Amino acid sequence: MNYFPDEVIEHVFDFVTSQKDRNAVSLVCKSWYKIERLSRQSVFIGNCYAISPERVIGRFPGLKSLTLKGKPHFADFNLLPYDWGGWVYPWVEALAKSRVGLEELRLKRMVVSDDCLELLSRSFVNFKSLVLVSCEGFTTDGLAAIAANCRYLRELDLQEIEVDDNRGQWISCFPDSCTSLVSLNFSCLKGEINLTALERLVARSPNLKSLRLNRAVPLDTLQKLLMRAPQLVDLGIGSFVYDPSSEAYIKLKATLVKCKSIRSLSGFLEVVPCCLSAIHPVCQNLTSLNLSYAPGIHGNELIKLIRFCRKLERLWILDSIGDRGLGVVAFTCKELQELRVFPSGVDNAAVTEEGLVAISAGCPKLHSLLYFCQQMTNAALITVAKNNSNFTRFRLCILDREKPDPVTMQPLDEGFGAIVQSCKRLRRLSLSGLLTDQVFLYIGMYAEQLEMLSIAFAGNSDKGMLYVLNGCKKLRKLEIRDSPFGNTALLTDVGKYETMRSLWMSSCEVTLGGCQTLAKKMPRLNVEIINEDDQMEFSLDDRQKVGKMYLYRTLVGPRKDAPDFVWTL
Amino acid sequence: MAFERDLNLEATELRLGLPGTQESRSNKRSLPDMNIVDDQDHRSGSSRVIANASNATKSEEETTPPSKTQVVGWPPIRSYRKNSLQAKKSEAEASGIYVKVSMDGAPYLRKIHLNIYKDYPELLKALEDMFKFKVGEYSESEGYNGSEFVPTYEDKDGDWMLVGDVPWEMFITSCKRLRVMKGSEARGLGCAV
Repeated sequence: MNYFPDEVIEHVFDFVTSQKDRNAVSLVCKSWYKIERLSRQSVFIGNCYAISPERVIGRFPGLKSLTLKGKPHFADFNLLPYDWGGWVYPWVEALAKSRVGLEELRLKRMVVSDDCLELLSRSFVNFKSLVLVSCEGFTTDGLAAIAANCRYLRELDLQEIEVDDNRGQWISCFPDSCTSLVSLNFSCLKGEINLTALERLVARSPNLKSLRLNRAVPLDTLQKLLMRAPQLVDLGIGSFVYDPSSEAYIKLKATLVKCKSIRSLSGFLEVVPCCLSAIHPVCQNLTSLNLSYAPGIHGNELIKLIRFCRKLERLWILDSIGDRGLGVVAFTCKELQELRVFPSGVDNAAVTEEGLVAISAGCPKLHSLLYFCQQMTNAALITVAKNNSNFTRFRLCILDREKPDPVTMQPLDEGFGAIVQSCKRLRRLSLSGLLTDQVFLYIGMYAEQLEMLSIAFAGNSDKGMLYVLNGCKKLRKLEIRDSPFGNTALLTDVGKYETMRSLWMSSCEVTLGGCQTLAKKMPRLNVEIINEDDQMEFSLDDRQKVGKMYLYRTLVGPRKDAPDFVWTL
Repeated sequence: MAFERDLNLEATELRLGLPGTQESRSNKRSLPDMNIVDDQDHRSGSSRVIANASNATKSEEETTPPSKTQVVGWPPIRSYRKNSLQAKKSEAEASGIYVKVSMDGAPYLRKIHLNIYKDYPELLKALEDMFKFKVGEYSESEGYNGSEFVPTYEDKDGDWMLVGDVPWEMFITSCKRLRVMKGSEARGLGCAV
């Protein structure tokens, strides 16, 4: 098989970067498996309980970058009790004991303690990058350890994290010798920050490209930071409150004009909207704009801002933009690829099917959508499907559960059916509104590339779930809540679950007996029953419906850190 | 479900309004309460969610009820986002975006949007027009001189302060509500008539 020396093959493998491709390469023969595993630097583990850290380290001793995901997606919506699991400490401990030269750790939905951050910061000399998304369990003390001990830190990125304890001194823990920062994001921290220390840190970081501030950073500090870092590409503004006639504002306006590299803008956590004209010069070069945490920017000020953003590729916004505002987006942002519209919870703020239709007509490059709306019609979805067959991610959330098409009072089966039929490259789909088994028939028939499906309050019978399991060959993650799918659907094709990462079912019709049968047949699945309310007496009644079930394939059997209320069958 | 009808749970249900009246649809769209306990919300019909006292009606029919009970995890947004928007909503109410204005002796209150005014003179003029009165002249040492009406506001800490003492930007972010005081009560805040 090998006509070339190993070094040559290894060099060729350097060009194979995606994990999927490298996995494929490693299956060709033993020799390629060995070369590939020794040269792999970056590993992605979609479910931290599918494999053990020791086995990962054993196979990939050259590991430099590790990405781990812990809790299932529905944990984001409080459907999973707090201490279900997802602790990263055992991974860091195992890596620290080994000779792995870890440089990058990216975690999503995991529990990270201060001790863990401390251990991380002391164990890896070349540690460069820490990215935490939707994690919990640590305080700013842990951040202080990272700042103080990671001498070559390039990236510290905290996204959507609630950190309770907030003493702004962690930022002073970066030693004077630390000049390597490229990316610093602490926008989600709620407390005060040592502004002088922050200014000095930015001043000695010539490579800083991304800076996202929290709301404790006032305008005059922002101006000073921008003076020091005109090379910024990505800026997250914390507080934007001031008097438009003040000197601070005039200075800021002038400074912002000099920041010609800014392509991504976010934040505005606190804002007085009459003063956004300072931002307009920056808008014309923006490719990414996230105003989803800025309820203070709405109405005409928002629309004025959008009109300057002709190069926008990614837009995250609140529904206070309204259908009218989305019309402006459709008119202005011809390069738009990703749109997310979040609910603001404000009276009278809403988007409907009109906004979506306008976007689909005006933005030909759009392929990724997350859309929270008041209502949707089949006609609109059919039009969207006709306008745009590029969707790879289509997530629609009609706020009123099980709401039918308000015009015809019909379920939205036909609308979603049109979407899956038209969008042949669709990989992720979230459904909402009134839906019958019919929509699942369409999904099973047409959604050939579908990898992730989210279902809530939908369907009539087991047939719905079966259409999906039978039809979607590439399905990896299926999450279902409050839908009438039961044991027949669960047990008809048990082998399917080994081809998937995980299945979540809550408030459905599956029973304890059904789950036990599944667990018995499939030893390489962990079938977890999450029982919060002591409602179920174990092994008493097979016919009892299961509140929450989470099953996933694994090579390492039941996890040893499961709390009392989690039963692995 | 039949047995629930027999138990007449509706009679003991928590809801707003007089007994015997049907609750009408609430226009306010609030993000779901984090404290909702029971999430056994089966599609088979009546949900067994413990009703949130401020916003619930129990529906025993499958068809769309006038107002839905709140359910854990719906709408599906991350708690981080939900909490930060809710914090901002209450902050917006506290930070003077829309504040209530009361005038001693007036039969009802008004609401104004503080942000549309650029400074104190504009605000005071608007109040004067709204309630048909005149404030006196402001001085730091003596407060409002020359009128029995004194504009005051409640700040974030709950204290009643004289309007005009702090810089305008600070005022609009800390003002929770306004009150035009009159007569002898006003004198306590430094009104020299």
